[in-house]
Amino acid sequence: MTASTETLHLQHADHQAHADAHGWRRWLYATNHKDIGTLYLWFSFSMFMLGGTMALGIRAELFQPGLQFWHPEFFNQLTTLHGIIMVFGAIMPAFTGLANWMLPLMLGAPDMAFARMNNWSFWLLPPAAALLVISLFVPGGAPAGGWTLYPPLSIQAGMGMDLAIFAIHLLGLSSIMGSINIVTTVLNMRAPGMTLLKMPMFAWTSLVTAYLLIAVAPVLAGAVTMLLTDRHFGTHFFKAAGGGDPVLFQHIFWFFGHPEVYIMALPAFGIVSQILPTFARKPLFGYVSMVYAVCSIAILSFMVWAHHMFAVGLPATAQLFFMFMTMLIAVPTGVKVFNWIATMWQGEMTFETPMLFAIGFVCLFTVGGFSGLVLSIAPIDIQMTDTYYVVAHFHYVLVAGALFSLFGATYYWLPKWTGQMYNEKLGKLHFWWSMIWFNVTFFPMHFLGLAGMPRRIPDYPLQFTDFNSVASVGAFCFGLGQLLFLYNVINTIRGGAGRAPARPWEGAHTLEWEVASPAPHHTWEMPPDEALVKKGLRAQLLDQDHE
Amino acid sequence: MNVENGVHDAHYFVPAPSRWPIVGSLALFLMALGTAFWINRVPGGNWALLAGTLVLVWMLFGWFGDVIRESQAHSYGLQVDHSFRWGMSWFIFSEVMFFAAFFGALFYTRVISVPELGFFSGTHELLWPGFAADWPAATAPKLDAPYQAMAAVGIPATNTAILLTSGVTLTWAHWGMVENRRTQLKIGLALTVLLGVIFLCLQAYEYHHAWEKMGLTLASGAYGATFYMLTGFHGMHVLVGTIMLATMLVRVLRGHFSTEHHFGFEAAAWYWHFVDVVWLLLFVFVYWL
Ligand code: HEM
Ligand SMILES: [Cu+2]
Repeated sequence: MTASTETLHLQHADHQAHADAHGWRRWLYATNHKDIGTLYLWFSFSMFMLGGTMALGIRAELFQPGLQFWHPEFFNQLTTLHGIIMVFGAIMPAFTGLANWMLPLMLGAPDMAFARMNNWSFWLLPPAAALLVISLFVPGGAPAGGWTLYPPLSIQAGMGMDLAIFAIHLLGLSSIMGSINIVTTVLNMRAPGMTLLKMPMFAWTSLVTAYLLIAVAPVLAGAVTMLLTDRHFGTHFFKAAGGGDPVLFQHIFWFFGHPEVYIMALPAFGIVSQILPTFARKPLFGYVSMVYAVCSIAILSFMVWAHHMFAVGLPATAQLFFMFMTMLIAVPTGVKVFNWIATMWQGEMTFETPMLFAIGFVCLFTVGGFSGLVLSIAPIDIQMTDTYYVVAHFHYVLVAGALFSLFGATYYWLPKWTGQMYNEKLGKLHFWWSMIWFNVTFFPMHFLGLAGMPRRIPDYPLQFTDFNSVASVGAFCFGLGQLLFLYNVINTIRGGAGRAPARPWEGAHTLEWEVASPAPHHTWEMPPDEALVKKGLRAQLLDQDHE
Repeated sequence: MNVENGVHDAHYFVPAPSRWPIVGSLALFLMALGTAFWINRVPGGNWALLAGTLVLVWMLFGWFGDVIRESQAHSYGLQVDHSFRWGMSWFIFSEVMFFAAFFGALFYTRVISVPELGFFSGTHELLWPGFAADWPAATAPKLDAPYQAMAAVGIPATNTAILLTSGVTLTWAHWGMVENRRTQLKIGLALTVLLGVIFLCLQAYEYHHAWEKMGLTLASGAYGATFYMLTGFHGMHVLVGTIMLATMLVRVLRGHFSTEHHFGFEAAAWYWHFVDVVWLLLFVFVYWL
């Protein structure tokens, strides 16, 4: 390992294609995948803070019945922006950032395939976020019809909606270019000896996620473009008054929207599949079945969209079809959960912070998966759709799923990024704090939904008070706890708990641990030696056949 | 180096820090903000849009200029070439999905929403007096006179022939490239660009005629919306494809490309064939059936 680190420095010295930029140019003109990854991750965290603040605005209002803080219109703007910002600003860019930082390191590539375009993918995000924030200050305010932008509300809304539509165009462009980069990097830049079925699980999930995004981001762009022309250019796509149909929007939106939820889930699966084997000190159980599961989830995700529309009056045959297809997804998802458990089975487990978040993920994502299964049953969903049960469901998969995996990933790779160890005690505190308050916030929402509380309302009948108050207290505590995370990260950058070795986790065998910590600005300028690749593959039991 | 796993350049080309992406972001931001202001009649919007467009053009020249210079300097190895091929293929796939959304809207409207509106006896009182669940319909709400639908014969059929011919001339040009017959390459490429321009002129004429003489506008019910949006986005793609091919023509005239090394040309050709296929679908489903 030391030898390989040294060779790397040698390469670094003898080949310096161009001087690196410094100061602000380093970030604005960046072509280095690590710099761009860092930009993505910080952007994502700031959007998490912004969207989180909006969530707290929602929860403050809902602490007790009656209107306390906001006008109902502004409350609706808060929920809408919270949703859009969390989905497109916090979760998705975080995964792209991780892919940027880690894929070249894990695959043994010198950079992403298209380094310049990579920069553009990132730098389209801040303008999009700016458009969303500006929309708060224009006449009529921000979009208020929910993150799903359903017409007719979205057609009647003020110009904030136009800003949101253009923001979505920019976000879509960013996603498409970022995804083309990821797909090409994975398909074309792997080290010698690393065939597709030998690459790290995170590379597989990034590949499939990127494929999904290239397929559905243009569809969303099409949907909002039709909204735009319906709003301003007299078309009747979604207006029954001209032969169109508002339900058409829902079909197009959810054709994007359901794959989108897997876009936020699959990379999380990949991260967890890296972390669990490391801290269980056992290879990932059922690697190939994991790959097949990811691919079949991706394919099925195109055939279930109307489970979001059981209440709009679809024909019964269509409801049955979408109900059974949805249930079918539980099969590959179950394969994954069982494989994770089998990976831990009889492992020599230790419970460092990344591992805690990964195990937390497995437990809570499964809860979210089960409530999803409940919702997939059409006759039940007709009762539960648009209630707080749905809000509980998707926060189990998005917060305890996507977000927890991101926390785990950050703790896992922070030593590689910064060259320092983070404070383990604080990390564990962050985990337990988040775990407890997350459940305090969102578990009661199941009961609220079952009792009939609709989502997206600023006020509610008295009988819902207790659970709402509990949820609001939980949300504020949860939010506060995230400052621990911020503090821990900044502290690590500033020195943390001491220098990290190249391989801080002895159970980790993927290529990123073969380079020094912090990873030098340029890595794998020459493809890694095939023997080095094979060594890691053997440790992961991915290269038995060549023994 | 390793056959089972593709090619590896000794030094995969990683471009130096570049100003173009951030310039492009600035351009798109100005265009987005400008358009949003403009269509809501906020003063200054049109100027922001104009400024954004100019910056975008500047960026495109700068960025593609860099790419062409790098290509001429032989910075791109075989592995980079493979990356470009993957990248272009996936880009075209994303375009396919963009059109799929609009075709989906067309099929849904024709097969589901318009017939369903006809199921209810009182529909025409609720919608507008002349409502009939037909495709194409002839009336729409708030229109003074009925509109006519666009027939497949005439300009659309001519345009089909033009695009199909352009596919042939382009392939002929490609043979010229591969077999190093530069004159054939130049003539074929120039003919293709010319056919693209003729297509666009005819399309513009067709739009003008439809809008002015046939009363067919964006507001002509679901038919007008799907007609203009599908053919309009296709037309924009023909425009982009023509610009790409014209750029390739200029490069050919300047002596760029070799028999082996001409992916820029091939990418433009792939794009052109994609646009061609979309047109065939349009011709069948929008104009003909
Ligand atoms: C700090 C933790 C969070 C809290 C306390 C929180 C709270 C809430 C609440 C109370 C609602 C429902 C609003 C309503 O229907 O009236 C909501 C909606 C939503 N949240 Fe969160 N949220 C959090 C994090 C996230 C994250 C990380 C995501 C990731 C994608 C997310 C995505 C959404 C979406 C998509 C909606 C639906 C918005 C809509 O109804 O249009 N949330 N959130
Ligand atoms: Cu879904």
